[in-house]
Amino acid sequence: MIGPAREVSVDALAARIPDGALIALPPDYSLSPVSLVAALIRRRVAALRLFCLPVGGFLADLLIGAGSVAEIETSAVSLGEFGPAPRFLAALRAGRLRLRDATCPALHTALQAAEKGVPFMPLRGILGSDILAHRPDWGVIDNPFADGPDPIVLIPAIRPDFALFHAPLADREGNVWVGRRRELATLAHAAEASLVTVERICDEALLEDERMAPGLITAPYITAIAESPRGAAPLGLLDLYEPDSATLTAYARAARDEEGFRAFLGRFLAGEENAVPS
Amino acid sequence: MNSPSRHFLLIAALARHLRDPAFPPPRHIAIGAASPIPAGAAWLARAMGAEFRLSLLHRRRGNPFTEGSRELFDLAGQGRIDRFLLGGGEIEELAGQGRIDMFFLGGGEIDGEANINLIGTGEWPGLEARFPGSFGSAFMYFMVPRIVLFREEHSPRTLVERVQWVSAPGRSPAHHFRRGGAEVLLTSRAFFHFREGGFHLISLHPGETLAGVQAATGFRFTVAPDLAETPPPTAEELHLIRTEVASRLASDYPAFASRLAAPPPL
Repeated sequence: MIGPAREVSVDALAARIPDGALIALPPDYSLSPVSLVAALIRRRVAALRLFCLPVGGFLADLLIGAGSVAEIETSAVSLGEFGPAPRFLAALRAGRLRLRDATCPALHTALQAAEKGVPFMPLRGILGSDILAHRPDWGVIDNPFADGPDPIVLIPAIRPDFALFHAPLADREGNVWVGRRRELATLAHAAEASLVTVERICDEALLEDERMAPGLITAPYITAIAESPRGAAPLGLLDLYEPDSATLTAYARAARDEEGFRAFLGRFLAGEENAVPS
Repeated sequence: MNSPSRHFLLIAALARHLRDPAFPPPRHIAIGAASPIPAGAAWLARAMGAEFRLSLLHRRRGNPFTEGSRELFDLAGQGRIDRFLLGGGEIEELAGQGRIDMFFLGGGEIDGEANINLIGTGEWPGLEARFPGSFGSAFMYFMVPRIVLFREEHSPRTLVERVQWVSAPGRSPAHHFRRGGAEVLLTSRAFFHFREGGFHLISLHPGETLAGVQAATGFRFTVAPDLAETPPPTAEELHLIRTEVASRLASDYPAFASRLAAPPPL
């Protein structure tokens, strides 16, 4: 059957991602592929380029702390209520990380251009921001349809090598349900490949269900799927489970220094830090 | 003032601005990342009778953005509020406003021209002190007509004469497309309006003096002739913050909400 590959394990999914790949990740409050990122770190992936849609948090900080990231494009990196992202800040200070600062809608726009197959899209705002001054890859033109001067920013299309996310549900044909996190559909449309973990794979054909169909990313956009129950923990997943505040607080504290981070990472990769029952 | 009581004051003060008859009533307020106090203020204003649509980007349940977080920015870009939602007389007043008419922004640094810096200080991209990043500010500051600036820390390092890096400029040349900008600034010490390109001190929070606020502010500002004290929360406001507001915030900001709901110190 033509369709996404069903991988036997999250590790097999992670093995598809080579060093140096441009990978796109959703933020902590969306459909975060925590178990897949853990598998990437276990296989000691290196020199990744991260594209955060549109901000980075726990996962970006973990990957950076583990030494897996050479470059990050993002609108912000923060642990939200749990504080600043300590390993991101340390890597930046140490000069180990290239940072391409953006603003949230520019990252969405870059993917929208890619999903439409056009080389760039215009975006309002940004004029006069130092972000623009530090993005030689962005341009400014005069709106050709305006009566008078009307400068507008152009954002080039971005095609990530891999989109990674964790969804609640997929069916046996490889359709993946993301609900209202529709920006992940745009991401999957834009990316060369999408590697997805899901809470479970169901027997029903989701496209046959009118209520589920609008929340689906259809199989042609999905490269491979692996089941990973509680694959977003200790982050939350929609209304299925809440973020585990105790673990995230512990992370924010531990990761303030390299030693604490290494100790947390060891427990995390051993499955001891994200096995907290909901 | 200890931190929980200060948060009550800030929530009440922001909520009063949302109901201030000297300003047009907000129609649709959106609230972005990591904003428990603005979110609390919006819920409080609603609990006290204000009628506006409230769209919280990070709402875990019942999130209003069914196209994902991208929709917040599309919504802000879309131009006027649908005329069918408005009575005839209001159309003119709202002409040129977006579908979202109010948004909250903060800044690691804010200067006297309302430029905001969420990048950092020192060499680009903030090698001395890195802030989280600009989020959507470089877009939202232009596209949403009314921006409420909120920065809890009020000190010479946060309120500066000139930001070191501009995430989003406070003003733009006339030929740059822009719908609005800063309307007010609330800090842990004081409340300002932004008018004619500068900040105007309206009220000092309890315990603050004009000299103290001047010393803590890196930019020049004008002072209202009827400079007042920011009224502390009323008994009704305190009750609503501890109950309804805390419960509304509990799912998105659990730690913050539990501090609000905690019994008051004896």
